[in-house]
Order: sequence, then C-alpha cells, then structure tokens
Amino acid sequence: MAGPVFEPIRGTYVHLPLDGRPHRLYFEEAGQGTPLVCLHTAGADGRQFRHLLNDEAITRHYRVLAFDMPWHGKSLPPAGWQDEEYRLTTRGYVELILAFCDALGLERPVVLGCSIGGKIVLELARLHPERFRALIGLESAAYQPPWYDDTGWLHRPDVHGGEICGALMSGLIAPQSPDETRWETLWGYMQGGPGVFKGDLHFYRVDGDFRDRIGQIDTGRCPLYLLTGEYDFSCTPEDTRLTAEKIPGARFTVMTEIGHFPMAENPAQFRRYLLPVLDEIRAAKR
Amino acid sequence: MGAAETHASILSLPQLVNGDAGLVRRGRYLTATFLVEAGGTEFLVLVREGRIAAVERGPFLMRSWTFALRASAEAWERFWDPIPAPGYHDLFAMKKLGVARIEGDLAPLMANLRYVKDVVAAPRRKRRS
Repeated sequence: MAGPVFEPIRGTYVHLPLDGRPHRLYFEEAGQGTPLVCLHTAGADGRQFRHLLNDEAITRHYRVLAFDMPWHGKSLPPAGWQDEEYRLTTRGYVELILAFCDALGLERPVVLGCSIGGKIVLELARLHPERFRALIGLESAAYQPPWYDDTGWLHRPDVHGGEICGALMSGLIAPQSPDETRWETLWGYMQGGPGVFKGDLHFYRVDGDFRDRIGQIDTGRCPLYLLTGEYDFSCTPEDTRLTAEKIPGARFTVMTEIGHFPMAENPAQFRRYLLPVLDEIRAAKR
Repeated sequence: MGAAETHASILSLPQLVNGDAGLVRRGRYLTATFLVEAGGTEFLVLVREGRIAAVERGPFLMRSWTFALRASAEAWERFWDPIPAPGYHDLFAMKKLGVARIEGDLAPLMANLRYVKDVVAAPRRKRRS
C-alpha cells in the first residue's frame, strides 16, 4: 500500500501594515530560485495556483509564491471590517504587492497575475519596472467592456452570493477544461465572503481603466507578457490585443481551449504556454 | 440543422431536465414560467419546483412570463454544439456577443442561475452523449 502523499507546498502568515492598518496575510510557497509571485483572480484565493506550486518543471527554477489577498481565502479582513464596504483600489493593490515582496525580501521577482492580477501588472510595469525581472498578465487588459450592468447582483440578501458568483463565472471557463478543475475553480468562487468579489470588481471595472496610461510602459526596463484564453469573454483576446498594441515590446499570446482562469481551470493546457515564457525569462538573466 | 431541430430541442426540455435528479434538486426553489425565443418562435417553459411541467409553443396572444432568453435559431444551435465556439459557450457570452438577449424580472433568474443555465444547456449535454 502506498504511503501518504505530501505536497511540497508550505503555507504561513506574514504580518503587514496596509493602508496604515495591521493585516495578517496568508501565503503558500514551493520551489527555489527566481521568485515568482502569483496573483489570484477577483473573488478567489491563492488555491488557484496549487498546480503551479506542485509543478516540478517550474519549482526547479522558480520559488513560486501565492498569497491570499486580505478578505480572501485564509487572509482575514482587517479588524473593524464589519462596518465597512470592501473595495479594492489600484493604489491599495499596488501597495499590497510591494509590501509582500518587501516583507519577504524578494529580489526582482517575476509577477504573474490573472484577471485583476493581470490588470495590476500593467501598473507595476508602468510605475515600478526596476523592481521586477518580468511581468506576466493573464486575462489582462487596460480596459474591458462590462458584460453585465450591475455588480449589485453579487451581494444582496435575496440572491445567494456563493451561488451567483459560481454560476456567473462558470461561463468564463472553456468547454474543454476538465470537470475536476472546472468545479474546483468554481468552488473557490462559491466560498468568497459576502461582497468581496463585488469589491474586487470595483478595481476591475471602475478604478482600473488604464487606457490613458499604458503608453508610458517601457518594456525595455521590464519585459511584459500578456496571455489570454480564447474562451474568456470578460477579458477577450481582442481586449488584450488592443492593450498590447499600445505597449511597444509587449508579447501577446492567445491561448486556445482556455477561458478566464488558465492556471486553475486547465493547468495542463496552461503550462504549455507558461513554461516557454518562464524559460525565456530565465534565459535572459538580466 | 434547421429551425425544426432547434424547436424540437426546446420541446424536449421536460424529458432532458426531469430525468436529471441533481438538476431538479438544484431548481427545487424555482417555480416560474420563462420564455425562450428561437428566431421569432416563442416557447414558454413552465418550471414547478425544479421540474419542467410543460413547454408550450407560441405564438401567444397575451401570456405572462418572468424572464426571457432570446436568440436566433442559429445561435441556439451553435450554443448546443458539443464543443461550442468561443462566444457561443455560455448564455452571458452570447449576450455579450450580441446574439442573445436576457429580459424581464432578472431576480429569479439570478437567484437560480446555475439551474437555468443548466436547463437551457441540456440539449448540448444530450448531443455530447
């Protein structure tokens, strides 16, 4: 009989002051080498990266780290949350990423973000290119037209928040994605705290329109890779293409048989696109 | 496939849904009549506690419905492809693409969204099998 299986992932908490308030942030990591910080999608958590964290082809050369944003996963909201409406802002999101990298002493990490995480790498590229070895945006665009009018559906007493988040997101997964990873991805959405997904979308849909500033990005200072799934109708390949066209040197790839959650919905298909990018970044040795 | 096939798929919803115990269970708090339009032909889908009590084919003179899902027959056919093309793989994707419309009282739809999506996608699951 086979013995118990242990994964190489280690998880712990780091205490960070964010926006002047103490936070306790949960993160997981595996591997060694160049730090690769992974940013999960809106309304989800770092579990989306469990396949990357367990992929020896990646962890052989990269120290993969994935934190749960405050209010998400195992990272609690800050004390006093009960009287607040959670809203993610561009400024707060950049502060979070820099604070995490500083606290762990990460030297010029690669950052890979998806959806809201893909969007924020555009700001990291613009504001802090010297701090990163390379940036990878999945399902990333400076702007993406909304596909429903009112995010209020995500947080109201007569509609179950977990059920509606899962049911809406189900359409953003490619039909080819395996059932197990499809439903695991949706389980993450079904588990979000009340109003958290909606609060993240404040950044995605309202505060995060970067069309007026992406022209300032200099990929000569930090390489930028943009990869988008063909089945993503929230951030479509066309949305990403329009962004990439405004950023000289940005590398744009459409991923077939993938939707809005590449690393979570179909890890085997996604790694076909990610591994060459990671190899290229490693080979550059800047 | 022509419109007749599309219409037959909509008319087969009682059989496809009521034989799926998990789907009926997930819809057990929904009792409503919703409208499905396929290229100008309207159907009323009568849901009673998750079971499809009947599908009635129009034209209708004056009938109530809670919400409506409207698309061309061609769009529904592409939606029911075993592996649908991008944009045709989800009701909201078709809406964003501009080939479907969602109208009426959206609260019961949103409160039962997984159920309703699974009901209208039932012909796709049949074509896959």
